[in-house]
Amino acid sequence: MSAPALDRTLDEASLQAHFDGVIAAGHRIEPRDWMPEGYRKTLIRQIAQHAHSEIIGMQPEGDWLLAAPSLRRKAILLAKVQDEAGHGMYLYSAAETLGADRADLTDKLIESRQKYSSIFNYPTPTYADVGVIGWLVDGAAICNQVPLCRSSYGPYARAMIRVCKEESFHQRQGYELLMTMMRGTPEQRAMVQDAVDRWWWPSLMMFGPPDDDSPNSAQSMAWGIKRHTNDELRQRYVDMSVPQAEALGVTLPDPELAPDPQTGRYRFGAIDWDEFKQVISGNGPANAERIRRRRAARDDNAWVTEAATVYAHKHAAVSA
Amino acid sequence: MSDVTAEGGHGAVPTGSEVPVAPKAATARRDWPLYEVFVRGKRGLNHVHVGSLHAPDDEMAVHAARDLYTRRNEGVSIWVVRAADITASSPDEKDPMFAPSGDKVYRHPTFYEIPENVPHM
Repeated sequence: MSAPALDRTLDEASLQAHFDGVIAAGHRIEPRDWMPEGYRKTLIRQIAQHAHSEIIGMQPEGDWLLAAPSLRRKAILLAKVQDEAGHGMYLYSAAETLGADRADLTDKLIESRQKYSSIFNYPTPTYADVGVIGWLVDGAAICNQVPLCRSSYGPYARAMIRVCKEESFHQRQGYELLMTMMRGTPEQRAMVQDAVDRWWWPSLMMFGPPDDDSPNSAQSMAWGIKRHTNDELRQRYVDMSVPQAEALGVTLPDPELAPDPQTGRYRFGAIDWDEFKQVISGNGPANAERIRRRRAARDDNAWVTEAATVYAHKHAAVSA
Repeated sequence: MSDVTAEGGHGAVPTGSEVPVAPKAATARRDWPLYEVFVRGKRGLNHVHVGSLHAPDDEMAVHAARDLYTRRNEGVSIWVVRAADITASSPDEKDPMFAPSGDKVYRHPTFYEIPENVPHM
């Protein structure tokens, strides 16, 4: 977009003061507003990693598209995986309003210079994993994302509203799938429990390191691009998940999980942060496979984008 | 773990200053222009801006917009326009472009005091 030249004589201090005032008033920052360079860069990192997570997040469940047990389940799963692609696109669109380049962000993902959520580096060996990802992983994502609908950056907040509406479908279809399996054979119930055992702790890690090991949070909270601390969100998630697990009839794999009579909230055991660091550093069970397939999707399909480009240019030349 | 943060939905990943964000020349889709997308939610409503996408031409942009922004009956009509073709004011609310309307309070109905006993006004 271009703008008519307007006289901008404001100095940096008054621009910063105006920016701070907009944030303090709870108003939104919009793309062409002046913003501090740190705010812009932090948002690009945040939105890009979120977009990458949605795109890579298509893979673990996508593996089950051709093996879904019925046409109904296949149609649901296809819709869900398509939504994940859509979420990635909304978010890349928001990142571009900050001056990032979409294709360049994809390159950075494929070169492992930008990361995606550690949760998608775990494999999905059984069909119950599809249900547990919907229930626990998308449930954790909803916990993280609902507050982001009030992010101070307008395009990100608007993308998150759209995403959250669709996440609710994701979580409910997963839970319904698990309820169906729990009404099935003993083998099916065991399959659900096994998947819960594998996904529960990685889901808790999705909220990030404990607050006392999360020094960047204060600045992000001041900027209004993070609304609650990691531990607050994790606690909220545990409190929501326990009664859901009881209704489903599964056991969450934590012997220390128990209600705290004083707070009315659930205490839970220590998280294995060494595992988290290992998976984030690229040593998770599926890191290499996820990136290999994303690279193949870019490179093997390049001829399609090239053909469309050539067609568009030829067509434009004919009609000109 | 000072460089790991959880802002952004699906979980914690490194977002510290070592994560590069400065754009550089990418190899793919360089030639596809950016389109802004507007959707009419239902008959009787205006088209509203919903986001953007890249497409090789106008027709493909409409198809992509349909897949991306109307998967659940969110719209009955789509406009796409190349972002480069939009001319915009500065969004800054202190912009002098919008200052003149600030002191024309007489343009609003609430400027005029009408006695309580006058009906239908």
